[in-house]
Amino acid sequence: MDDLYRDYILEHYRRPHNFGVLENANARYEGANPLCGDRITMMLGIRDGLVAEVAFTGRGCAISQASASLLTDEVKGKPVEEVSKLTSADLLDLLGIEISPARLKCALLSLDTLEHALAAADAAAAGTPAAGTPAAAQIPATEPTTAHGAQ
Amino acid sequence: MTITSEHGSAARAGIHGGPGRPSPLDRGPLDASALRKDFPILQTAAHGHPLIYLDSASTSQKPRAVIEAVDTYYREYNANVHRGIYEIGERATAAYEAARVSVARFINAPSAHEVVFTRNATEAINLVAYSWGRRNIGRSHVIVLTEMEHHANLVPWQLLGQEKDAVLEFIPITDDGLLRLDVYEELLRLRPRLVAFTQVSNTLGTINPVREMVEMAHGAGALVLIDGAQAVPHIPVDVQELGCDFYVFSGHKMLAPMGSGALWARRELLEAMPPFLAGGEMIREVHLRHSEWNSIPWKFEAGTPDVSAAVGLGVAADYLSALGMDRVRAHEHELVSYTLDAFRRELPGVTVYGPSAEERGGVVSFNVPGVHPHDVAQVLDRFGIAIRAGHHCTMPLHERLDLSATARASFSVYSTTADVDALIDRLREVGRIFDAAGAMTAR
Repeated sequence: MDDLYRDYILEHYRRPHNFGVLENANARYEGANPLCGDRITMMLGIRDGLVAEVAFTGRGCAISQASASLLTDEVKGKPVEEVSKLTSADLLDLLGIEISPARLKCALLSLDTLEHALAAADAAAAGTPAAGTPAAAQIPATEPTTAHGAQ
Repeated sequence: MTITSEHGSAARAGIHGGPGRPSPLDRGPLDASALRKDFPILQTAAHGHPLIYLDSASTSQKPRAVIEAVDTYYREYNANVHRGIYEIGERATAAYEAARVSVARFINAPSAHEVVFTRNATEAINLVAYSWGRRNIGRSHVIVLTEMEHHANLVPWQLLGQEKDAVLEFIPITDDGLLRLDVYEELLRLRPRLVAFTQVSNTLGTINPVREMVEMAHGAGALVLIDGAQAVPHIPVDVQELGCDFYVFSGHKMLAPMGSGALWARRELLEAMPPFLAGGEMIREVHLRHSEWNSIPWKFEAGTPDVSAAVGLGVAADYLSALGMDRVRAHEHELVSYTLDAFRRELPGVTVYGPSAEERGGVVSFNVPGVHPHDVAQVLDRFGIAIRAGHHCTMPLHERLDLSATARASFSVYSTTADVDALIDRLREVGRIFDAAGAMTAR
């Protein structure tokens, strides 16, 4: 019936790729959309200027979780410089579905979180603590059982 | 000003019912199906399906009588109020003040002078917090609220508390969404200056025992503000019987235009309170270095008001009065019982929050196992069904219930069991798409 919940979107939601904890991540950030309770933690293993490894945890609506699954597939193994140039339009292309204005925040949470994680990595490399780092350090290693902590 | 208790006729109130058709004013249950003809938007379609509007707790739809009153104001007598010495100006002023009388009668206020027009309940609460609060709340003073408040009845008190170094205390809820009156009793020992609570929860639908709560507060020397935004559209409200000190509500949730709402407060409180907003209309005399305030209620109505919204609010109050709020309550009670039964019977795996139908207004919040409320709402939308998904401006309540969001269906006078049947039916579609059908029907 639906142009939004296409099979591949639902497939990514039910069995998200790159879902889990990256133990040796050198950049991580927890993003949240307090309005609906979507939350995503992006973890990156950056080596030699490449996003060598990437994983995420989180919970939320199908759009936010499928978007994170597709995005992590897309950036894995790519140069950081290229990844950092990804735009909202690129992600929406990747999703390939029509997103209504009310759901844009759900769709773009993964990219926003990824950008913050990259900024945290930059800051760490430069030896200055990034805004996102202390908060990220407090994230439990396993998926929290409640979703209200971000609010 | 004396307010007569006679209600407008059904015809004057714009209620549907032509010759040979039984008037909704006849004794007996409300005929919601017939009433739907009064609401033009319910004749429209969404995504190719007839619109099924189940978000009336957010804002209600408007009957033709209200829409036409706004239209007539702009077409025939658009002019500023309390100023023009010409015919349409006088007509606008008369209509604006007649609307105030209708609103006063609707909540049985002793005088229309005690009714201040605001944009909505939020503005009314801010008015009280700013004007009464800044003068009467000081360091270490206690304000008692509840865990189920809409942000509108929480954040203004947070701001006041921060400014004055006052203390906020909260009446907790049970897991069924009822207020813990035993804890309330304890909190009253702190001798609060003010107790502010909602009459009906916008999320759980809980109808609070407000009369008892007002008595308890007064016994402890506190004033009481009641947030009636979710009450006035659904249950009979009599501010004199409630005995409260402040009562606030929004017009747009009770069939009236957007941007309409009101504060009712006891005359002596309003008279002692300093102005909220300042400017034209609220003054009697202005000199370069000082001014004298207008009498109530105009002291609190600075600047040109939304006359059309106020006029529409008066018409909406007359419309509901003519229907009879007892019959509105009976209708919605029946609808909520029907909905709770339907969930229990058809979709027992869906979690429904809040108390029994006896203690609940026209609100049913729920969650489909394993499906985010946004996805539930999005799928339903494709079938023309409008529900709310999110935290409904009650984040602390969701936190208390350990939820990030819920889906909410809410009713008004025009809601029918057919709407509920469609909701249940299309929720099965949600289950199918998200592989949750088994979980939804599991007992």
